[in-house]
Amino acid sequence: MTVTPLSSGAPTRLLVTGVTLPDGTTGDVYVDGAVFGDPSTVPADVERLDGTGLVALPGLVDPHVHLREPGREDAETIRTGTAAAARGGFTAVQAMANTTPVTDTADIAREVAGIAADQGACVVIPCGAITKGLTGEQLAELGLIHRATGTRCFSDDGHCVADGQVMRRAFEYVRAFDGVLAQHAQDPRLAGPDACCHEGELSGKLGLGGWPTAAESTIVARDVELAALTGARYHVCHVSARESLDIIRAAKARGVRVTAEATPHHLLLTTDLLTGYDTTFKVNPPLRTTEHVEALRAAVADGTIDMIGTDHAPHAAQDKDHAFVDARPGMVGLEQSLAVVIDTLVRPGLLGWAGVADRMSAAPAALLGLTDQGRPVAPGEPANLCLVDPEARHRVDPADTASLSRNNPYAGRELPDPVRLTVCLGHVTYRR
Amino acid sequence: MRHLLSAADLSPEETLSILDLAEEMSEVRTREVKKLPVLRGRTVVNLFFEDSTRTRSSFEIAGKWLSADVLNVSAKGSSVSKGESLRDTVQTLSAMGVDALVIRHMASGAPAQAARWTHAAVVNAGDGTHEHPTQALLDAFTMRRHFRAVSGDPEADWSGRTVVIVGDVTHSRVARSNVLLLRTLGARVVLVAPPTLMPPAVDSWPCEATYDLDAALAEADIVMMLRVQKERMHGGYFPTAREYTVGYGLTRDRLATLRPDAAIFHPGPMNRGLEISADAADAAGSRVLDQVAAGVAVRMSVLYHLLGGSTPPLTTPTPSTSSTDAKGPTA
Repeated sequence: MTVTPLSSGAPTRLLVTGVTLPDGTTGDVYVDGAVFGDPSTVPADVERLDGTGLVALPGLVDPHVHLREPGREDAETIRTGTAAAARGGFTAVQAMANTTPVTDTADIAREVAGIAADQGACVVIPCGAITKGLTGEQLAELGLIHRATGTRCFSDDGHCVADGQVMRRAFEYVRAFDGVLAQHAQDPRLAGPDACCHEGELSGKLGLGGWPTAAESTIVARDVELAALTGARYHVCHVSARESLDIIRAAKARGVRVTAEATPHHLLLTTDLLTGYDTTFKVNPPLRTTEHVEALRAAVADGTIDMIGTDHAPHAAQDKDHAFVDARPGMVGLEQSLAVVIDTLVRPGLLGWAGVADRMSAAPAALLGLTDQGRPVAPGEPANLCLVDPEARHRVDPADTASLSRNNPYAGRELPDPVRLTVCLGHVTYRR
Repeated sequence: MRHLLSAADLSPEETLSILDLAEEMSEVRTREVKKLPVLRGRTVVNLFFEDSTRTRSSFEIAGKWLSADVLNVSAKGSSVSKGESLRDTVQTLSAMGVDALVIRHMASGAPAQAARWTHAAVVNAGDGTHEHPTQALLDAFTMRRHFRAVSGDPEADWSGRTVVIVGDVTHSRVARSNVLLLRTLGARVVLVAPPTLMPPAVDSWPCEATYDLDAALAEADIVMMLRVQKERMHGGYFPTAREYTVGYGLTRDRLATLRPDAAIFHPGPMNRGLEISADAADAAGSRVLDQVAAGVAVRMSVLYHLLGGSTPPLTTPTPSTSSTDAKGPTA
């Protein structure tokens, strides 16, 4: 099992035979350097890989990961985080801005992009902060960040831009380059620093601060109106509440430019896991109840949720080994994202492989404005490939990871182990 | 019994065993030499992340009367602000060879987490807005004595009795532990609070809940008034202290409506004039000081159940009504 950074080799040539494509047809896929070639004209010396029983997805794209560099290189680095991404079948990820220092200037965005180009095992898009220092007050250097790195997506993720006027100005401002604001929807008054458990039966019994779904849905409702007012693009990060889905669905029907993501953990895990106060399961927004999980699955299936975003949030053990309310929120996700999607959506028949290719590749690539990601597996297209064995399964071991962190909520769970090969722009970045 | 983390962990048999032994332990306070040799050589650490004169003193006296070596460690402020994780704090103390950790923490769940990180027995001495199981035990102990005293029946217990718990239930660890323990013991519990201080999904709790204090008081054998924390007054949970008192305080007028045999409980410290009037606090039916006295005996019994060996706790014969469980712990 090896992960190879993009910069350490040349694009390869590889023929995968008899593989199933997302549309259900079976054929050969030819990686001819940086693009897919015509499989009927493959030279004899090219390596052949039997793809029988495998599925050829386009390289996956994750709109929401935390790589922790610069600032918390003990929890994750761009090298290790992108290695985890490659192992999860990803060929591009967006790195959120809550680094230290915050990615609120062009210099930091350039630094992240530069390290990624040197050490990354996938493409990394630095997400810019919406406001300076993520404080929700003054706009960050949105335009300069866009000019420096091509970034179109901005987010204060981890914090909500709670001030409606600040959010309105940011929406208006990014229209100049068709930017998009990705909101961490959490009214900080309705769900303050102590809010760490879905508000309901369990929060009451455990004596943990309740995080009501209304703290999310009211912000989503406000932002939808601001997006409508300004004509700008709006993206809802990690939707957790059924009530938010109704608002997003109605907004799309009105023609508001809104997209939304769901995390793998919100598609599988429920709030009852908090019963033993295991901080591995502390995440923001919190794990919710079955009714919300089922609503989220249905929303991914019907397209109300456009894409999967892992919110991969590695944390050093010392940041998790506190009392529950004091522990850092977040869990890793890159290496199990596709596995969870297979178990929660594909196997139950809610989503086919074409749907997976859309929700985990095409839609996030479109959000980020990437033209060489999220494309079909077809001759002439960029050679981004995630070769999947849908039947392989294993018991998740948190230590079996490329990430530096072990805060894996799936530890000990039996899940699919699908990714066999990842190819990013012709480079084999992961293979087993 | 390995740890005492939640009142829900206690079976009816374990609960009665603790309370019966506490009856015997309570005799120690009448002796000139208040010392039993049963935990000689054992080390008990009171690890308090939050101030509590009452609970810490009570555990300290309990441990000392059992001859344990007792150490008080004040770790005020969250471990986050100190830069050391809760896990490191717990494991550091454990490494010194501690037999029991009595933990008070401002965060819910901290003792349960600590129990996973130590070989010592962990006693939850109050965690955030979660539980305070030894408080529920001393309340149950005091209630039983009260029921037996007023009925004249030496076998009287909690069955058929109604306990009304009034106040900030949402943030009360006392209320949670009492609801769970009194359910185990067979009492009927009625929670009374303004809607803003009633926990979410309270209908899933093994008790009743109402906003109507006067209706609940008419049926009460025990009225337990909860302390109103200062931060709630400024948190928008109710408009003014005056309005709270009118709606949910045990005022002089309400005191007059209680059944003649009803007892008044308060976990302390009391806000006289807010949730409880001075008349009620000092009324003949008030058992507040009995609760405090019971705290030492109940905590002696808890420590003995967790740490005691196979020797009986009382080496001198004592007149006891319930000595059957005096041999103590279940492994």
